[in-house]
Amino acid sequence: MDPNNVIICRCSDVSLQDLYDLFEEGYTTFEELKRIKRVGMGPCQANTCGKMVQWEIAKYFNKPLASVEFHNMRPFTMGVKLNAIKEAADDEE
Amino acid sequence: MKNKALPNTADVVIIGGGVSGCSIAWNLAKQGQKNIVVIEREYLTSGATGRCGAGVRQQWATKANCILAKQSVEFFEQAQAILEYDGDVEFKQEGYLIVSSTPEETAQFKKNVRLQNSLGIPSKLLTKAEAKQIVPHLNTDVIDAATFCGTDGHLNPFTMTDAYYKAAKRLGVSFYTYTTVEDIDVKNGAIHAVKTNKGTIKTDVVVNAAGGWAKEIGEMAGVDIPVFSENHEILVTEPVEKMQGPMVISFSHNIYCQQTPHGAFIMGRGDKNMPKGHDVSSSWTFLDDMSKTVTTLLPPIGELRVIRQWGGLYNISPDHQPIISDAKDVKGFYMACGFSGHGFMLAPMTGLLLSELILGKTPSLPMEDMALDRFEGKEITEFETSVV
Repeated sequence: MDPNNVIICRCSDVSLQDLYDLFEEGYTTFEELKRIKRVGMGPCQANTCGKMVQWEIAKYFNKPLASVEFHNMRPFTMGVKLNAIKEAADDEE
Repeated sequence: MKNKALPNTADVVIIGGGVSGCSIAWNLAKQGQKNIVVIEREYLTSGATGRCGAGVRQQWATKANCILAKQSVEFFEQAQAILEYDGDVEFKQEGYLIVSSTPEETAQFKKNVRLQNSLGIPSKLLTKAEAKQIVPHLNTDVIDAATFCGTDGHLNPFTMTDAYYKAAKRLGVSFYTYTTVEDIDVKNGAIHAVKTNKGTIKTDVVVNAAGGWAKEIGEMAGVDIPVFSENHEILVTEPVEKMQGPMVISFSHNIYCQQTPHGAFIMGRGDKNMPKGHDVSSSWTFLDDMSKTVTTLLPPIGELRVIRQWGGLYNISPDHQPIISDAKDVKGFYMACGFSGHGFMLAPMTGLLLSELILGKTPSLPMEDMALDRFEGKEITEFETSVV
């Protein structure tokens, strides 16, 4: 299958070929891929593409899957409205 | 870039793979310098560059910052073509709207605009009503006046650095990521070698572009740099339809907030009680303070969902202006640090000026205001006030 037609990250519209291009350019870790192409930075926060990205790095560089670091998870685990945070902060005062 | 073995020798070793280090590398290579090596402890943009607010502005309160910013904007306008970049640096010039809260602050802003205009920066003072025309969801009840400069804007830190990286690589620069500098050898008052966890490189020239770790790199070479690092926090919302053109900033409310071309809102603020150091963790207090501030100044933003927060280091100098300099006591040691939160937007001039200094050329701008020795035996009387 043409890697141009294999979508890895649906949120940010990143294809398998996009990943290959970045690998060739010298970007070889999840953290780097995510910064250039926004892989895993959309609303699902890599819950859909995360494992696939890890797997493609392992395959491309012929490394054991377990040695490929997952990306750095940051808060939040789900989106929260700023108004909701403000109301909670006001309640505490 | 990380499978190659480290070379034994280099003509120039640049420490730091942020936008400054990559810009310095490209500028040196473009002027014919060979055997340039860039060392980065993690990946490119992993430090302050990739954690910054992605803003580019020329509205500063000191002459040096204004000139550096203006000439950097002129580069950014052409960056895509000059660097022959195949990606998109996402330079969006829809301005910075800087709001004042009190007549006193407005008086300072008037001075700033006079200075900026005298240097060719097209900023202007606006009334509350005029400000509201530019950002309709601005709450003008909590502001006094504003200044606006339409050629300020947004730039993508990751792709901008990538553009410098690719262009530098084409000119022969070698990049080594996930490589940590452990020590710098100085012999007879001159740079001799750089020791890393992957090997030692003999070199006569070292460039300290280490951002938040610039002081520690200076110490390795025996150079005392009067800077410190401090965590500044930031958050991003879900992407939404376009609703805000310019970056909105307030120094007194302590906020900067812009909508990126991608649709997400990015906003950050400083914390006076933040201890000095290298911590970049995220806090609840930041979220609480930010949610109150942004819903006061830009009320409709309150309906947006926060999807991520993070922190990054400001490397702060005594006058909040950068140190782009050699070191008088250690031959071959150069530095670009102390940007005090605005190193990203000045990177083109940082690279140009420091490369000229290293190559022994006459710099494109007078550099006294950026020299390391400007702090020696002097009390700092004039410093940049326009910092969030």
